[in-house]
Amino acid sequence: MKNKKKSGIFIKIAFYGVLSLISLIMIVPFLWMINTSFKDSTKVFLFQLIPDPFKWENYLQVLESTPFHLFYFNSLYIAILVTAGTIFLGSLAGYAFAKLKFKGSSFLFLCLLSTMMIPVEVITIPLFLFMRDLGLINTHVPLIAIPILGPAGVFGVFVMRQFFLLVPKELEEAAKLDGCSYFRIYWNIMLPLAKPAVATLTIFTFLTSWNEFYEPLIYINSKELMTLPLALALFTDEVGTKWELLMSASVMATVPLLIVFFFAQKQFIEGVAMTGGK
Amino acid sequence: MESNVQTAKVLPTKGNKRRKKFIGSEAFYGYLFVSPMVIGFLLVMLFPLVYSIYMSLTDWQLLGDPNFIGTENYQRLVNDPDFWVVLKNTLIFAAGLVPINILIALLLALLLQRSLPGIGFFRTAIFIPVMTSIVVWSIIWKYMFGTEEGFINQILAAIGIDGPAWLYDPDLAMGAVIVVSALKNVGLNMVLFLAALQQVDKNLYEASYLDGANKAKQFWHVTLPMITPTVFLTLILTVIGSMKVFGQIYVMTNGGPGNTTKVLVYYIWENAFKLFDFGYASAIALVLFVIILFFTIIQWSARRRWVFHEE
Repeated sequence: MKNKKKSGIFIKIAFYGVLSLISLIMIVPFLWMINTSFKDSTKVFLFQLIPDPFKWENYLQVLESTPFHLFYFNSLYIAILVTAGTIFLGSLAGYAFAKLKFKGSSFLFLCLLSTMMIPVEVITIPLFLFMRDLGLINTHVPLIAIPILGPAGVFGVFVMRQFFLLVPKELEEAAKLDGCSYFRIYWNIMLPLAKPAVATLTIFTFLTSWNEFYEPLIYINSKELMTLPLALALFTDEVGTKWELLMSASVMATVPLLIVFFFAQKQFIEGVAMTGGK
Repeated sequence: MESNVQTAKVLPTKGNKRRKKFIGSEAFYGYLFVSPMVIGFLLVMLFPLVYSIYMSLTDWQLLGDPNFIGTENYQRLVNDPDFWVVLKNTLIFAAGLVPINILIALLLALLLQRSLPGIGFFRTAIFIPVMTSIVVWSIIWKYMFGTEEGFINQILAAIGIDGPAWLYDPDLAMGAVIVVSALKNVGLNMVLFLAALQQVDKNLYEASYLDGANKAKQFWHVTLPMITPTVFLTLILTVIGSMKVFGQIYVMTNGGPGNTTKVLVYYIWENAFKLFDFGYASAIALVLFVIILFFTIIQWSARRRWVFHEE
């Protein structure tokens, strides 16, 4: 009896020990980033629990030396447009595939589905030439259109269709008898019902767009058009090893997302589980 | 219904009637609603894919016109020692990343599935890197791996070890990139495993407990078989994801030192957008496509099997 209790405590200690260690490995990089972002340029590699001198001016310097507000704005509005487009077109097509009868619908769905396995990386070169011929290099159009219409958008169609399949037929039938058009059924009945799926997809799409790196790297040349990840990655070369500024910039690029995450954490994790499990 | 009657009066011919009937019908809206995505599929996916097959058979450079050169790019690929190094690196990356990622994620999910105090904090901590952009995550780690006085080497120095030049050492750079990449997405797989674990029927545990199974036996005979579909899904998704690695390589090592961390997507990018050798880059991209296609087909065929099994 006594032995069992003792081993229970040991298990608990081991349990929390392992978890603390792994959590620490996950969090320390961020703490180190925040810590460095306040350091003096001569002391970036010194271990100081509280940087001395404490230079919050680093942030000002980043804002003044780069068009950081533009990076923010670009990332934000692109992510919002991509998310809105994905949700709208994805749910519209998802509704049609789940609920409307038309010839070839399963064939078309299969075609779309098969594109989810084509990595964007594989078709970037023809897409680049295509965009070049349209005069869209160094604009935000490819960064918005390709995610909405490409594999990420198809993923949206898939998630929404799965959800709409679960909606009972009776709801629609009643609306049809009342003389609702199909668009009204979609907009007023189906979409409001799909709130959990829409929420999940919103989080997913927004995050992916906000963090996207490969596409901006290929399509954007001028500084004013850069998104945050691209600006940060190119920042490394430009300012050499001004780590304290790079860290301030990284903090500014990361913290808004983390704040949102802390508030929507539960929903977020459930959302990942929901979309990934299917 | 009403409109149809009206239509019949105004346009008595049969063909017109049918067309009128089609506009506004269920099928009409079906096509209308899926058309943006289908057109997108043609423009953004199918056309580019076919086009890149054509491009891979040309010597297309940025300026200049494409000349059809047959399979020359593919022959060049076979004889390109860099390509084989890059392919090998990609496979090494996957072979290193996938087991670390899946095993840690599964271990964490098993630990975190019970409700003990502080669980929420641990889940959050492990999930935070998933939210972060790979660029930020890689920049921080590049800094932490700093040669002279990077964080890691400072810790090593504290226990009397002279830390190496992590990202500049041909023997260590790939390992460092793998660990950083694995940690980034452990949280994602962990959450998928947590979801799977929650769906395991609790009665099975009770039944096996009554049969005298201990925890380890329960894991092997109840938990693992029940979550195999998720294990398999995350496995394939992680393998496919690891084939597409780019951002961390770009930020942390630029493919170096030497060629030791250069991977397929990096090599495609380099050939296409630095050397503007579009034809050759297209050929490499198609090799990547075939590899990913292979894993996707495995996933689909196996998936059908376990879906059947569940029913």
